[in-house]
Amino acid sequence: MSDPIKVYPSKPKKVYFYGTCLIDLFYPDAGMAGIQLLEREGIEVLFPEDQTCCGQPAFTSGYHDDARAVARSQLDLFPEDWPIVVPSGSCGGMMRKHYPDLFKGTPDDVRAAEIAGRVWELTDFLLNACHIKLTDLGDPATVAMHTSCSARREMGVGTVGPALLGQLDNVELVEQVRAEECCGFGGTFAVRHPEISGAMVSEKVATLVESGARNFVTTDCGCLMNIDGYAEKNRQPMKGQHILSFLWQRTNPKSEEAHDD
Amino acid sequence: MMTDNSPPLHKIDVKQFHPRARAAIHNPQIRQNFRKAMDGLMSKRTAAFEGMDLETLRDLGSNIRMRALANLPDLLEQLEQKLTENGIKVHWALDADEACKIVRDICVARDAKSVIKGKSMVSEEMELNHYLQERGIEALESDLGEYIVQLADETPSHIIMPAIHKNTGEISQLLHDKTGTDLSSDVNYLTASARLQLREKFRNADVGVSGVNFAVAETGTLCLVENEGNGRMTTTVPPCHIAVTGIEKVVPNLEDITGLLALLTRSATGQHITTYFNMISGPRKADELDGPEEVHVVLVDNGRSSIYQDDQLLDTLKCIRCGACMNHCPVYTRVGGHAYGTTYPGPIGKILMPHLIGLDEGQHLPSASSLCGACGEVCPVKIPIPDLLVRLRQESVDGDKLHPAKVRGHGSKRNSVEAMIWKGWGWMHAKPGLYRLGTGIAAKFRNLQPGRLGGWTQYRTAPKLAPKTLHQRMKERQQ
Repeated sequence: MSDPIKVYPSKPKKVYFYGTCLIDLFYPDAGMAGIQLLEREGIEVLFPEDQTCCGQPAFTSGYHDDARAVARSQLDLFPEDWPIVVPSGSCGGMMRKHYPDLFKGTPDDVRAAEIAGRVWELTDFLLNACHIKLTDLGDPATVAMHTSCSARREMGVGTVGPALLGQLDNVELVEQVRAEECCGFGGTFAVRHPEISGAMVSEKVATLVESGARNFVTTDCGCLMNIDGYAEKNRQPMKGQHILSFLWQRTNPKSEEAHDD
Repeated sequence: MMTDNSPPLHKIDVKQFHPRARAAIHNPQIRQNFRKAMDGLMSKRTAAFEGMDLETLRDLGSNIRMRALANLPDLLEQLEQKLTENGIKVHWALDADEACKIVRDICVARDAKSVIKGKSMVSEEMELNHYLQERGIEALESDLGEYIVQLADETPSHIIMPAIHKNTGEISQLLHDKTGTDLSSDVNYLTASARLQLREKFRNADVGVSGVNFAVAETGTLCLVENEGNGRMTTTVPPCHIAVTGIEKVVPNLEDITGLLALLTRSATGQHITTYFNMISGPRKADELDGPEEVHVVLVDNGRSSIYQDDQLLDTLKCIRCGACMNHCPVYTRVGGHAYGTTYPGPIGKILMPHLIGLDEGQHLPSASSLCGACGEVCPVKIPIPDLLVRLRQESVDGDKLHPAKVRGHGSKRNSVEAMIWKGWGWMHAKPGLYRLGTGIAAKFRNLQPGRLGGWTQYRTAPKLAPKTLHQRMKERQQ
């Protein structure tokens, strides 16, 4: 079966913001940037306090009972029919693509499928539902972009990041070779198969550096943590940022709230 | 040249994936050989599909294969009937051993001493060469890549390009050492030398063994895709031809071949069509000048019918063995085909081999993936490989009470410590208050965070907890 064609909602009054556990703990600035970008578009952002994790780590590790228990606790958080926006292709993909299967044959199957249909990766949502127009206020800069595999392949947003960066007049986007290749994160893969993951991230960093950029942006904090962590440990001249942080900083005159690293 | 001394497949411990993967990763020659070859194959594939509606074609390929599988039992019966009508003898083999015995019995009945082989992954699955050799029957590979691999006493490292792990220099040295050809970097010279040696073997072979790419039920035709002409020689020169094939290779109609062939050659080698496409429809007829006197088909199950029992795993059997999944796999590219220690390496191997050897033997296979999805994206018949990997991960830890595991050897990877960790993780994340308390405490005491985190910090710095969680910042904002 082909992936269903995406039908974007028109710009809503409100959205649910699902921050993801990585952003919650390690990159809250990226989450704040996403929220502020949405608010600047005139959208009221609802942040359900009881959000924890989408359940993906257990799911991809094969522990589906535990993944389902966590995911079920998240199904109560979105009672109104507002879109659910996620600043991550990976967690977005879990909710949009895998929730229906995870809950198939359970009392929650209808609810899970309904919620899945409302989940959007945030940059995709900003570009294609909000039709955001960005005005670049920053100094000239060169960046590379790493779109996560799940953002590219599960959420189908491979062209979104470059399109958003293309709106920034003073930003030059350079493309690294094999841009579509995985950075080697893969969640628990990085810990279960450290050598293979290490080989992958070392080549990813090398190609990013060869692109001429010294900074990169990405859709996903897993990739960010992986690529940045490797570059830092191996003293490579490459520093990353979540694309939402970057977009907010470039377009907001006084962006005190966004200083992630 | 780490693979020079790699043992034959039947002696490899599949479970030793990690040390082999590690060795390959730290072998610059292997890394370079694979990187270069895979980059070339990826760009050839892209070029071959240029201007085509690839998604529609993939849908077609997927549908053709699914339609065939949906009627598999009936189609196999029809195939048997048509093949028999065409004068081809049909044999059924439950497993690899039975398949080997059938081939041996045919050889013995003909008093055959030498077998020439066209490329066949099913015969690799059967470890046929080894089996025949132990029983005094010489089996010689005639596909150039397979020939090289056989000379080196190795196994194929790729299902389409068996010797892809070797560069020209390594091959030249091998041919020099084993067959006395001159050392040369001229690929044409090396190929010509090998061809000359093989020509004599074709002439003298008693039996030819080949694989099958598609078996057409309505006509009883065996289709064989190849580039070197060795497939045609194997199936026409010796007086007896034995084709070995998995039971899933059957398709209903002749017209199904066009779509599948267009996808297969482009996905595999970036070719619009291969140099040879053989359609074998029976032994030599009375008025014909050449062709074998006898043609046999061995239809091999070897675990396939157990895959067939499951609606989700069934997709595995759609595979047309193009190898595109391995060409695009970032893990395969880093570790090479031998690291897996299985007949089929790479993504398709990870979802197929557990059924052939059991999840207990192949327990490392489903986890050796970042689930990047490149394999599923390029698969010409749309096998959802990442989803099947997740399914097999679940099976290997018995992780889903709603969908009890059923693959042979399931649950073998479950250990109580990891199960407990996930249980605890699930418990905390299913209780939002507890989660906020825990993450809040972690943020507050973030300076006590350990600097070393197992495999992660072997290559990277540890991630740094933020001073305040997003939850806390949103809470402050609302006040």
